[in-house]
Amino acid sequence: MGELQTTVTMTVNGERVTRTIESRVLLVHFLREELGLTGTHVGCDTSQCGACTVLLDGEAVKSCTVLAVQAMGKAVTTIEGLETDRLHPIQEGFWAKHGLQCGFCTPGAMMATTYLLSQNPNPTEEQIRVGLDGIVCRCTGYETIVRAVQHAAQLMNSSTQTERSTEVG
Amino acid sequence: MPQVMGQALKRHEDIRLIRGRGQYTDDMKLPGMVYAKMVRSPYAHAKIAAVHVAQAINLPGVLAVFTGNDLKDELGLIPTAWIPPNSDLKMTPHPALAYDTVRYVGDAVAVVIAENPYIAQDAADLVQVDYEPLRAVTNPRDAVGPGMPLVHQEIDRNIAFHWSVGPNLDDVFNQADVVVKQEFRQQRLIPNAMEPRAAVAQYNQATDELTLWVTTQNPHIHRLLMSGILGIPEHKLRVVAIDVGGGFGSKIACYPDEVVVSWAARRLRRPVKWTETRQENFMVTSHGRDHVQEVELAGTKDGHIQAVRVKAFSNLGAYLSTAGPGVPTILFGLIVNGAYHIPQASADVYGVVTHTTPVDAYRGAGRPEATYLIERMVDRFAATIGMDPVAVRELNLIEAKAFPYTNPFGLQYDSGNYQETLKIALDMVDYANLRQEQVQLRKDGKYIGIGFSTYVEMCGLGPSEVAGAVGFQGGLWESATVRVHPTGKVTVFTGASPHGQGEETTFAQIVAEELGMPVDDIEIVHGDTARISMGWGTYGSRTTAVGGGAIHLATQKIIQKAKKIAAHKLEVSESDVVFHDGVFEVQGLPELRQLTFQAVALDAYLAWSLPEGIEPALEGTAFYDPKNFTYPFGAHVAVVSVDTATGDVRLMRYIAVDDIGNIINPMIVEGQIHGGLVQGIGQALYEGAEFDDQGQLLTGSLLDYAVPKARFFPRFETAHTVTPSPHNPLGVKGVGETGAIASTPAIVNAVMDALSPFGIEDLPMPLTPEKVWQAVQQAKGGRA
Repeated sequence: MGELQTTVTMTVNGERVTRTIESRVLLVHFLREELGLTGTHVGCDTSQCGACTVLLDGEAVKSCTVLAVQAMGKAVTTIEGLETDRLHPIQEGFWAKHGLQCGFCTPGAMMATTYLLSQNPNPTEEQIRVGLDGIVCRCTGYETIVRAVQHAAQLMNSSTQTERSTEVG
Repeated sequence: MPQVMGQALKRHEDIRLIRGRGQYTDDMKLPGMVYAKMVRSPYAHAKIAAVHVAQAINLPGVLAVFTGNDLKDELGLIPTAWIPPNSDLKMTPHPALAYDTVRYVGDAVAVVIAENPYIAQDAADLVQVDYEPLRAVTNPRDAVGPGMPLVHQEIDRNIAFHWSVGPNLDDVFNQADVVVKQEFRQQRLIPNAMEPRAAVAQYNQATDELTLWVTTQNPHIHRLLMSGILGIPEHKLRVVAIDVGGGFGSKIACYPDEVVVSWAARRLRRPVKWTETRQENFMVTSHGRDHVQEVELAGTKDGHIQAVRVKAFSNLGAYLSTAGPGVPTILFGLIVNGAYHIPQASADVYGVVTHTTPVDAYRGAGRPEATYLIERMVDRFAATIGMDPVAVRELNLIEAKAFPYTNPFGLQYDSGNYQETLKIALDMVDYANLRQEQVQLRKDGKYIGIGFSTYVEMCGLGPSEVAGAVGFQGGLWESATVRVHPTGKVTVFTGASPHGQGEETTFAQIVAEELGMPVDDIEIVHGDTARISMGWGTYGSRTTAVGGGAIHLATQKIIQKAKKIAAHKLEVSESDVVFHDGVFEVQGLPELRQLTFQAVALDAYLAWSLPEGIEPALEGTAFYDPKNFTYPFGAHVAVVSVDTATGDVRLMRYIAVDDIGNIINPMIVEGQIHGGLVQGIGQALYEGAEFDDQGQLLTGSLLDYAVPKARFFPRFETAHTVTPSPHNPLGVKGVGETGAIASTPAIVNAVMDALSPFGIEDLPMPLTPEKVWQAVQQAKGGRA
């Protein structure tokens, strides 16, 4: 369509992927449309809501504000890459503590939490509330998200975390 | 078998949602799918002189561009579905695409369909529209004045309807000892469900059926309305909403976008997807509230409230939205007396059209507007006569022995003990000590405030007979089919359409309890008109009260039938069979013979030996029409501190004591209350839509409109009393809206209490630091 095409290669959830795309394609659209990873959501167009948060080389980014070409050669982790053969403790935390209602902001909130806990494994309630400033949730009122993060932190800090995890589907 | 009702079970729906496996409408991808982008008006009011589409059409990858003129003879108008009686309501002709006049910023004039969304956006930018801009009006009270521009030529003074209820109260007010007058601006709010709206339409040439996946709270209402607009018979139209990312009322309405997409899918023989941006969500997805209210309260010097009356100018936006006219009338005017025994009340409502985004239900829908005015007026009255606001409440709250209580407009409040919730709230906040602390702090120049809201609301919408009487163009009953499979597993089909409220779990708990089986053996199906016979959807805190009632009745039908089959098998009479914990047994002889529910289910399907007159299979369907609304109530207390140097308001404590009837899942209930609180507190302190004089939305993004964030709040303190609804089979009332209804006046009352030493009686919401600071400065200046 006259738009510049670029071949990008990156690692997404541990798998190397290569696609030829328009240079202007946003990372979130690349993930959703090219790779079918629809767990990452688009909630706004001004980088406020955080529904599109993914990890880029371990750092939380809003994938609506990153071009796919900027992720070239980097490692992207989306919600689909969070769990292994068991739920990740952060998923456990959100489930156990009712950290979600409609679920739309949830993948982004969990990825933001992943980053938060990687930087601070034992955040205070205040640090969690401030640390999640990049996400907007309209359903929960946030308190259950705070509890979810605290619960996840406990699980991650506990040596018995694998025993506590639950297998699903 | 442990009891499952009342347990904080983890949610079934979360298993997919926490893993990124939900299926929201925008996640749909169909073979051959193309993408729609709307071309929207940048003017609030303008004549459309010409629409130039050639450049857009010529862009490679563009399939078609359609304008209002292309569609106007193909499609019906988008109707409103709520016509309050005796209101002289005038319809606002609403074409899916505007063809001669645009009436608000965002009104769509053309649609571009392209191979991918980026091209669709490029092409939309190439559509050139010649507009002749006209004067606009945005404030509902201004709009009814002489010489104001008309939104619709056929609607004189922009008054789409005038609705009033209650007698003329001039005599009462003329003779009253104390009359308090206050004007309130119930500001416009923007719902901001985190999932933007989306629609995917697919036409199947073989079956001549159109399927529409859409972000809706009520797929069957959507099908009904879309059928009329599109001219497709209902049995050839399927509407599906799988996962919907929040609604809060904004996904009730039938919007132009899904109409256009459906039409285009049939025309182009390609699946068409449309997804709004957040910017579009701000501009065109329905807004909430927006009243100018002139309120008067009459009372005695010793604190008895005698009458309340309100004249309200309700802003409906440019077109009457699906439920728009019902919100500021039925859901507002009939409950302005709140939780108080007020002998006389009246409401006089002007439904006004303006050059702004259409207004429809937003969490609470009418009841927050009513609750705010009465709760604020009680505080203003208390201040006027020098009484404690708690004492005035205690004096005027409806007494527990008065239920069922008939309010001045004939609503019958079902059950309650309002004093009890207030008493608990006072204990929790340690009221007497807190007042003393407040006095001490003031001496140090620190200002804290304590605000109350002792509310009642009407929900569990509602009896269909009443729906008809109040002009809702539909029923409000709910359907349920409980299908037991041969192995004893159960699928439940509900006409309610939860979208985050957790009823895939709550409903399973109801069935699990009644059938004595694990919740994991029960699947709840919702949101698909092809799988569910009929239903009215999720809004008005009706899902568990009405949809749950239907599920209960359907389950009971199954138990009745299964009991007959079990009796036959056990070779005893039906009256000798008892069913508990999933087992049928002979009364008094439990050791003798037992049959599990699963075994009976298999017998029902094998049908080798059924009692006389009993049909094979095991399935129950019920249509439950409630006898009354339900009336949750409670007492909320906010404690705030106000920094008079900066105007900043900090919420220190928030106590919510709610009575929502029986509780099925306390974890989900707490989540609903928290979410409502944050939206209600958001209205009090942060949120407010602003238009400029030309009708431009100044708060059109999450940068400009303050949706609350985690760091704005302390931990909430919640408690419950339980007064079951006497007319509802589950004794439940409803919890989705209580927080949003109750919290707004509690916060504002608290801030006004904090500012009372400055003689400040009222400030318009949201109470931003700037407004508070200005008021304090003005008060100080006035004294000096």
